[in-house]
Amino acid sequence: MNPIEQFELQRIAPYFINGVDVSFTNSALYMLLAAFAAVLLTIGATSRRALVPGRGQALAEVLYEFVASTVRSTAGKEGMRFFPFVFTLFTFILMSNLIGLVPYTFSLSSQIVVTFAFAAFVITLVILYGLYRHGLGFLKLFVPHGVPAPVLVVLIPIEIISFLSRPVSLSVRLFANILAGHITLAVFGGFVVMLLGAGAWAALSPIPILAVVAMYALELLVNCLQAFVFAVLTCVYLNDAIHPGH
Amino acid sequence: MANIVLAAAEEAAPHAAQGATHESAGHGTVEHHGGGDFPPFDTNNFAPQLVWLALIFGLLYILMSRIALPRIGSILSERESRIESDLFASRELQAKAQAAAAEHDETLRATKAQAQDIGRAAQQQAASETASRRASEEAAFAKKVSEAEAKILAAKSEALSNVEAIATEAAGAILEKLTGARLAAETLQSEFRNIKAS
Repeated sequence: MNPIEQFELQRIAPYFINGVDVSFTNSALYMLLAAFAAVLLTIGATSRRALVPGRGQALAEVLYEFVASTVRSTAGKEGMRFFPFVFTLFTFILMSNLIGLVPYTFSLSSQIVVTFAFAAFVITLVILYGLYRHGLGFLKLFVPHGVPAPVLVVLIPIEIISFLSRPVSLSVRLFANILAGHITLAVFGGFVVMLLGAGAWAALSPIPILAVVAMYALELLVNCLQAFVFAVLTCVYLNDAIHPGH
Repeated sequence: MANIVLAAAEEAAPHAAQGATHESAGHGTVEHHGGGDFPPFDTNNFAPQLVWLALIFGLLYILMSRIALPRIGSILSERESRIESDLFASRELQAKAQAAAAEHDETLRATKAQAQDIGRAAQQQAASETASRRASEEAAFAKKVSEAEAKILAAKSEALSNVEAIATEAAGAILEKLTGARLAAETLQSEFRNIKAS
């Protein structure tokens, strides 16, 4: 009944290359599952290219249009060059979150290294694309427009700190939401077992069951929402790289 | 209340049990030195996840950007263009149908007018025919009537002359019966004419 047990990494096939641990773990297995689910939905379901879509194809189209409109509205038309990346990111996180909600599974987003890898990649992409696109003009991102010079002395360091904290907040937001949700579910599930094993107190066991059901619904929302938030913030940051002037 | 207290107790439990977790996790992990007690913070867990994440996410990105997204995009744009062309065609057909309906109405009106003309002409012809026939018939009848009247007049004058003879004869016979005198027919006739003339 340990609520932390679900976050443990199990090395299914231990393997080392030059001392680097590249073992195939349960995490990698769920990455494969999430990727497979994404492929099944977006490639498998659209293989018929039906003019009148079936359920699977309609879902894939809804997902496509949803992400496309999100990218277009937050990062503009030029942001559409990052649409495949944002789509892959959103779909991958969404699928891994949804798979992670199935009891006895592993949730990828509960691994800070995974969420931080995504966030670091996004920020690196923002910086590289911003420099490629605008050269040093990208640094205008840290200089708010129409602010008097004395204020800028204070404001520029704040802007830089806020920019540097983006990968942290981006990764921790997703990680902490998923982690906390899964711990809470496990804890309340543990209550049921504890109460059932505590003699007459077993009569109270339906209460945590109801709580688990209610929280599971909430977690479903949170897991989808966090995937969306991650994708939207990615678009917002990419928008900074495309249009660095405030 | 009991739930909240229990929750608080259980929240505290993971921290107390972390040592045990660490040990139990040790069975599953190959190398377990240093790092955090909490599995997501264990630095030993970073490398294998990063390697596989890069591999799998990279592969997924290629699949999405090369196959899935172009395909869905083409499905959507195909549908859009199909709907647009269908709408255009339907609009064209509607315009055609409206033109045809207008033409039909026009034809109908023209035909109706023509039919009315024909009807009117036929009516007029019939009326004039009837009138001329009636006139000729009437003339024929008038002629017959005048002939008949002439005949009647002749018969009447003849009958009247006969009446004179019968009357004189009857008067003669009455005189003879009453007086026993016999008058000559000429006398009677002249007397009769005198009476008639007076």
